[in-house]
Amino acid sequence: MELTLAIAIGVLTGSGVWLVLRPRTYQLVIGLSLLSYAVNLFILSMGRLSVGVAPVLGVEGAEYADPVPQALVLTAIVIGFATTALLLVVLLVARGLTRSDHVDGRESR
Amino acid sequence: MEWTKHLLIVPILLPMVAGAALLLIDETRHALKALVSVASTILLLVAGMALMRMAGGIPDGSGALSLSYAVANWPAPFAIVLVLDRLSALMLVLAAVLGLASLTFSLARWHRAGPHFHSLFQFLLMGLGGAFLTGDLFNLFVFFEVTLAASYGLLLHGSGAFRVRSGLHYIAINLAASLLFLVGVSLIYGVTGTLNMADLAARLPALPEGDRVLFQAGAAILGVAFLVKAGMWPLGFWLTPAYMAAAAPVGAIFVILTKVGVYVLLRLTLLLFGSPAGELTGFGGTALLWGGIATIVFATAGVLASQALGRLAGYSVLISAGTLLAAVGMGDASVVSGALFYLVSSTLSTAALFLLIELVERAREPGADLLAVTIEAYGEEGEEPEEREDEEVGVVMPGALAVLGVAFGCIGLLLAGMPPLSGFVAKFAMLTGMLNLDGLGSPSEIPARTWLLVALVILSGLAALIAMTRTGIRTFWAPLEPVLPRVLVVEVAPILILIGLCLAMTVGAGTIVNYTDATARSLHDPASYVRGVLGAGVQGQGPL
Repeated sequence: MELTLAIAIGVLTGSGVWLVLRPRTYQLVIGLSLLSYAVNLFILSMGRLSVGVAPVLGVEGAEYADPVPQALVLTAIVIGFATTALLLVVLLVARGLTRSDHVDGRESR
Repeated sequence: MEWTKHLLIVPILLPMVAGAALLLIDETRHALKALVSVASTILLLVAGMALMRMAGGIPDGSGALSLSYAVANWPAPFAIVLVLDRLSALMLVLAAVLGLASLTFSLARWHRAGPHFHSLFQFLLMGLGGAFLTGDLFNLFVFFEVTLAASYGLLLHGSGAFRVRSGLHYIAINLAASLLFLVGVSLIYGVTGTLNMADLAARLPALPEGDRVLFQAGAAILGVAFLVKAGMWPLGFWLTPAYMAAAAPVGAIFVILTKVGVYVLLRLTLLLFGSPAGELTGFGGTALLWGGIATIVFATAGVLASQALGRLAGYSVLISAGTLLAAVGMGDASVVSGALFYLVSSTLSTAALFLLIELVERAREPGADLLAVTIEAYGEEGEEPEEREDEEVGVVMPGALAVLGVAFGCIGLLLAGMPPLSGFVAKFAMLTGMLNLDGLGSPSEIPARTWLLVALVILSGLAALIAMTRTGIRTFWAPLEPVLPRVLVVEVAPILILIGLCLAMTVGAGTIVNYTDATARSLHDPASYVRGVLGAGVQGQGPL
């Protein structure tokens, strides 16, 4: 499970970074979204991976799933969602004002 | 006296309630909205002053030097805790002063240039208050995001292609930086199992050998996120265009946004990597010092090369940020004390410059001395405010050009760090600290990098003086037929008040240096901060 998660985070981050460095605004948005998925998975993994253990607190001495990273992920998702929505609006306005979907508002030939 | 403890939550709750209430008021009722907004900001300033008194009243010396407030009344390392000490109180008052000044300025015309200006402004103040008061890393993230979300809206206020384009870059950079912030926070949580700053500082010395590298990686990633916000070279290229594009009152309040990054770096480096941190002591100091030096060099060149005033102001913000970062990197108590004085003085003066630019721009022919690159930007920017010319109500300032000229000269002196204004006292205090690390008069070896920093601080002042003189001559003396600007009292008053505060800082320098000295001492005693938070949590079990 560790390997699957690590590969997933790696692939998401790699694609996200590549897309963020592209010149189109749409690629930027998708890139940032992929990066935020990667970060969310990363936060979750920081609470240690576990399957089938009690949530929050288990029986004395038993393993339990750490609730804090889950709470953090929830907050991060909400905030990331809101700011991405805002970025989309700005992107559309920029598209309308500059008639170009280049991040600089004009083509670099 | 127990109820005064609840004052800690006021800087967050008050702007939040005011901002939310402003959403419900119809957009056409400008006067009512302005009234609510100004009243909330004045109350915020009063609360900030009261908190400063409380923080200053904490007895210096042994014991806890911070006050904590458990929001949900859980004992300290759990749940949310707000922490007040001298540094956060100082930043709160500074934010409220700047907020009041830019809000007053905006009443002339800017607050009518688009919807929800006042709400966004209040939410920005709420985010700032939260970021200064919070005692744990994750809430710091939340309040950073609140501040940033409001700043995205404010940057776009007034619209126009240039603003939207810079806004797009600003949002993209800050979203990427926020992701780094999250990675850093979660790494630190994964290693130490806590997010509470005081608890973190207490647990660090006991960190096992193998985890130390992971923790350092987390702290470094977190640091990069703050450095993007503080505008350190090479992470600060977004700053100048964004600040240039912002409307004047927005640019003025944005000056404190870079200082939030500096504030967090100052707080965390000294708290986590101060003296008792064992192997980790001094982590990141060298990077901050050299990063700060590189920022000063870059920004000094930028100031000298700037044709447009807005660009000059943007680079002045960078000079100030670079100087502060280098001072934090030195990590010495006397340097930090001088740096805090410099932080207040440079924030007030750059904010005044941002406000003044718009008034000065009115006095010159549009596009008179702009480069071909910037003319496009200014051509677009000049368009929107003009159409509202007839609506203006208020007293028109007599002798406007003379007042503007004097204000411009004062800001030039402040940025250059020349007497008699506070810029001089600030730089003097900082340089004294750098050159006398072991106390005044004691013979100590001064390393070459300190000399480099001293020289750069002075040279950056000279560059600011040259650039300001050049622009001043071109604006106030050179035109044969000066365009008489229409300037309202409500626009000039905040600028004069900001400059007056700098003058007051010179007159009352003794009191303020005492305060910053005490602040620097408490920052260099992380144990006192930890006692204030964790100790108070145990007592907080009783009725609050």
